[in-house]
Amino acid sequence: MTDIGFVRSNLVEPRPAPVRTSGAIAWAQKNLFSTPLDTVLTILGLLFLAWILPPLYGFFFGNAVEPNGTVEQCRLDNAGACWAYIAAEMEFFIYGFYDIPEQWRPNIVFALGAALLIPLLIPKAPFKRTNAVLFLLVYPIVTYFLLAGGVFGLKPIPTEKWGGLLVTLILSVVGITLSFPLGIILALGRQSKMPIIKTVCVGFIELVRAVPLITILFMASIMLPLFMPQGTTVDKFLRALVGVTLFTSAYMAEVVRGGLQAIPRGQYEAASALGLGYWKRMWFIILPQALKHVIPGIVNNFISLFKDTSLVYIVGMKDLLEAVKTKNDTALEWQSANTATTGYLFAAMVFWVFCFGMSRYSIYMERRLNTGYKR
Amino acid sequence: MSQVSETTVARQIDTSHMQVSKTEVAIDVINMHKWYSDFHVLRDINLRVMKGERIVIAGPSGSGKSTLIRCINRLEEHQEGQIIVNGTELTADLKRIDEVRREVGMVFQHFNLFPHLTILQNLTLAPIWVRGIPKAEAEATAMHYLERVKIPEQANKYPGQLSGGQQQRVAIARSLCMQPKIMLFDEPTSALDPEMVKEVLEVMIGLAEDGMTMICVTHEMGFARQVANRVIFMDQGQIIEQNEPEAFFSNPQHERTKLFLSQILH
Repeated sequence: MTDIGFVRSNLVEPRPAPVRTSGAIAWAQKNLFSTPLDTVLTILGLLFLAWILPPLYGFFFGNAVEPNGTVEQCRLDNAGACWAYIAAEMEFFIYGFYDIPEQWRPNIVFALGAALLIPLLIPKAPFKRTNAVLFLLVYPIVTYFLLAGGVFGLKPIPTEKWGGLLVTLILSVVGITLSFPLGIILALGRQSKMPIIKTVCVGFIELVRAVPLITILFMASIMLPLFMPQGTTVDKFLRALVGVTLFTSAYMAEVVRGGLQAIPRGQYEAASALGLGYWKRMWFIILPQALKHVIPGIVNNFISLFKDTSLVYIVGMKDLLEAVKTKNDTALEWQSANTATTGYLFAAMVFWVFCFGMSRYSIYMERRLNTGYKR
Repeated sequence: MSQVSETTVARQIDTSHMQVSKTEVAIDVINMHKWYSDFHVLRDINLRVMKGERIVIAGPSGSGKSTLIRCINRLEEHQEGQIIVNGTELTADLKRIDEVRREVGMVFQHFNLFPHLTILQNLTLAPIWVRGIPKAEAEATAMHYLERVKIPEQANKYPGQLSGGQQQRVAIARSLCMQPKIMLFDEPTSALDPEMVKEVLEVMIGLAEDGMTMICVTHEMGFARQVANRVIFMDQGQIIEQNEPEAFFSNPQHERTKLFLSQILH
């Protein structure tokens, strides 16, 4: 009857985990052919790929007309994508109607933007503060005067002439950098105990969220001037910029609010008990944690904004997509069966590259900031 | 949450600095009432804490003991009566609230360390941004207190990497870095594994030995016996009985106190 008694005489030392079976065959057996149903699905999948891949390859590469090709090649019966058209119209896709001899100006803006943004995104790069000040304060001013001209003997170029990728990028970068802090302020305002601030923020968010972006852009560009005093005009580009920014900031506010709600009350209390005032509490304790929680939602909004910039065509601006569409419709010398398709594919690829880049970067950031559960 | 234990720390406590001032009042609570909407949670609280006093507040859960100490640094608002801390009366005036909070440290049941900051950053944030102390000096102070709670080697880790007992010791050190005149403890050991209770109590006893004015809401009756100079028993939002620990435990007067003690002491 004393069988249940047990005393360990020697402790078990830890040892390495058993070696896992590996190799292509083991992997395939486990993942592709583990059951009859799996095997059938695998075969069906392979058949589907065999059916879809060769024509796609043919369209994009095999039968495609190379960038230095001619329109005659594009008009051949079995011709694939007409990359020659993209190459020939690239300038329009990037700059729109921006004066051709002045295109060095947007080029400097692009180069400067990349030179300032990339080190800002790399955590280990030095001089973060200087870099941020340059990017957020100095760069926009430089960009404005460089693009608009009218100073230092630069030829004035009205915003109506700006177009293509230039417009898409300006709208997105400005929209993102302004709507983010604005959204945070709105989210904090929505949680405020002060009734007026709270009402204003809730009202703004609910109003803007309940209206389509197109309506806001339309209002900004057509209705707004009606209410303005005679003779004052606000630039159309600026109006679109404000519209896109306000629209995104309302969404951003709700995402940030989600993050704020995820922070336990104890964090607010501990920060208060240490004597930190409201803004310090938010800046050092609450927001860093709240924003980290909602990185996917924030980036989701950035990506939406980036793609939504193409809606500015409604107020007559030529962003990348609209520039492509314009050329598709008007470049008679490039008319062929696949010209329009190739144009839209090109636009899609450009959008995809930027959006995918943002997505990957956000995943990288999430991992880097994941200190709370670090072991 | 209310495990009751009789953990005692097996060493002689050095009482040489544990003097209670006869004239200097640290906290004065006068005819104080508090309601949570319609619920009268604190009723007619009168409590004068002298400088250097070590007070343990005991009582069943829901008796208002946590709420009381949270009123002392205005994490909760009172509706009637006065609370005067270090000569500053707590009102809606934010300036006064911050003034009081700078001088009153608080330790929570669930530690509430900032998980996105390292231990050292947790300790230096408030001294740097509230007191305006230079970073190097704040870090030196932080290391001093980390050594005092016996975990200087954890300075560059994140809270999530520490055990519960270590986290609570960091939380105490974090409060001490602000060099408070008063420390409030809100069930500091209730969320800890039994093995870790002692290491936290050790630190608290050390503080008492240095003459810190302390109010502890705790179920550690061993600690109360060893360290407190006054034990307060609360029930239904009021102070039912208070006395020196020896008399409180051996000769409780009120029926409610007797019942409470009979249930937690065996």
